[in-house]
Amino acid sequence: MAGEDIWILGIHMTKFGKHPDRDTVDLASEAVLGALADGGVTMKDVGVMAAGNLMGGAAATGQLIQKQVGQTGIPVYNVANACATGATALRTVIMSLKADESDVGLAVGVEKLAGAGLLVGGSRAADSDTWTRRGRFGQVAPVDGRIGTDTMPGVFAQVGMEYGHRYGGVDFELFARIAEKNHAHSTLNPLASYQKRFSLEEIMNDVMIAYPNTRPMCSANCDGAAAAVVVTDAKRKTLSLEQQRRCVKVSASVLTTDPWEEACQILPNVNTLTRNAAQQAYETAGVGPEDLDLVELHDCFATAELVHYDNLMLCEEGGAADFFRSGATWRDGKMPVNVSGGLESKGHPIAATGIANIWEVCHHLRGEAKDRQIEGAKVGLAHVIGLGSACGVHILEAAA
Amino acid sequence: MTNQIPFVDYLALGPPPHLVAHECDSCSARYFDHRNACAACGGVSFHDADVDTVGEVRAFTIVSLAAPGIPVPFVAAVVDCGGTSVRGNVTNVTPDPEHVSVGMKVRLTTSVVGVDAQGTEAVGFGFEPLEGVTNGG
Ligand SMILES: [Zn+2]
Repeated sequence: MAGEDIWILGIHMTKFGKHPDRDTVDLASEAVLGALADGGVTMKDVGVMAAGNLMGGAAATGQLIQKQVGQTGIPVYNVANACATGATALRTVIMSLKADESDVGLAVGVEKLAGAGLLVGGSRAADSDTWTRRGRFGQVAPVDGRIGTDTMPGVFAQVGMEYGHRYGGVDFELFARIAEKNHAHSTLNPLASYQKRFSLEEIMNDVMIAYPNTRPMCSANCDGAAAAVVVTDAKRKTLSLEQQRRCVKVSASVLTTDPWEEACQILPNVNTLTRNAAQQAYETAGVGPEDLDLVELHDCFATAELVHYDNLMLCEEGGAADFFRSGATWRDGKMPVNVSGGLESKGHPIAATGIANIWEVCHHLRGEAKDRQIEGAKVGLAHVIGLGSACGVHILEAAA
Repeated sequence: MTNQIPFVDYLALGPPPHLVAHECDSCSARYFDHRNACAACGGVSFHDADVDTVGEVRAFTIVSLAAPGIPVPFVAAVVDCGGTSVRGNVTNVTPDPEHVSVGMKVRLTTSVVGVDAQGTEAVGFGFEPLEGVTNGG
């Protein structure tokens, strides 16, 4: 990045799962207070804040949180960017710091999704008594289900199948094995929504949602929040040695959208914008995929994880299936991916996800990940993608 | 004779039935929705272009969980029709992985989606396997 380095000073995530007695503001407040305490600062130190909560619609989520944890009059940006909302909130405060508007920023993402059912999407208006054309296709009734599918499991299923068509070597069992890995990983993560190992047979025989994605191959809807406090390099140097030691460097913070390509308005192309974001992030950080010690990527479905091995250049182009089959992405492999359990098992409270994945990486880089610590981790990458589309990639490095 | 209308603007009932894309005058990018401008080049003028009625399945899924009122399972797919990608269901096929595959050849087909209170039929489209494919495996 041009200019001054930015550091994560404090970061926190709540337990992901069911929180029936706590609302959005409760969860977000826990994350914010946790991140401030982790960094050894208070709301009085914070100069800029960004907040994300997709289910809250147009609510002033950031201000609602401030009314619980501290109304200091600072600017708040309430952001929405599909599943990249958390990453967008973080990048928003980083931009403010880099613009020299403030030296301490706070980003938070929160969602209440437990019991919301799968990410089916495509809620439908009733068909009418008299055909009337509406919408951008001049349709006389909703197109979802009649002309392909708008459901998330179905869209991402096609993304995986298309990769298989292009490069071969991909089948239902391969995708199921990816979910098997992530569910195995989450057994070491006390904050994960599931912490239950599934056998390959259990995964393949579970309820089919959209072939080849069965239920445990889909992201787990749950409640949760995550927050991060970031500081400029100048600010960091004023802090205690212990605070400085625990700081994690944001070596790259990148956000992209999907550039036009043939077919991209037919089936969302989640590949090119991810590849573009990764390319920019590697160049900015001055590291390559081979330097990464762990990766948290956006496995909203098992079919998505496969294509992102390739998009993030963790393997050679077209080689994602062989790369996975080599065992590389298990926690004891050469490129551990989603050691948190990922969205499939840790859970996916949408706006929290893009900060929670950074929380995971930070904990390994600080050497504080306990049972699931990737030994000696120095560099990590966190990736999210929201359909629409938006992709966030952050590269993080341990303090020297 | 029953009055029929296409389910979407970009379906021409023919005969023969076919899809009509908005093609950018400058760069030939094709779209099916109502356009403001071209996302590829920024051009603002378009002409109609008929899309091939045969194609190849490039990606598919078999949807088992859908919005209320949609019969499941059904096959949703992206079909490459001579270089133009089209979204649609694969119909007239058993919706299981043994009968649908990426690379399979399909052709455009139409069917009545519903009838309104005036008795007007809305005709939708899908893609069905070219003959022999379903039986030949
Ligand atoms: Zn154009």
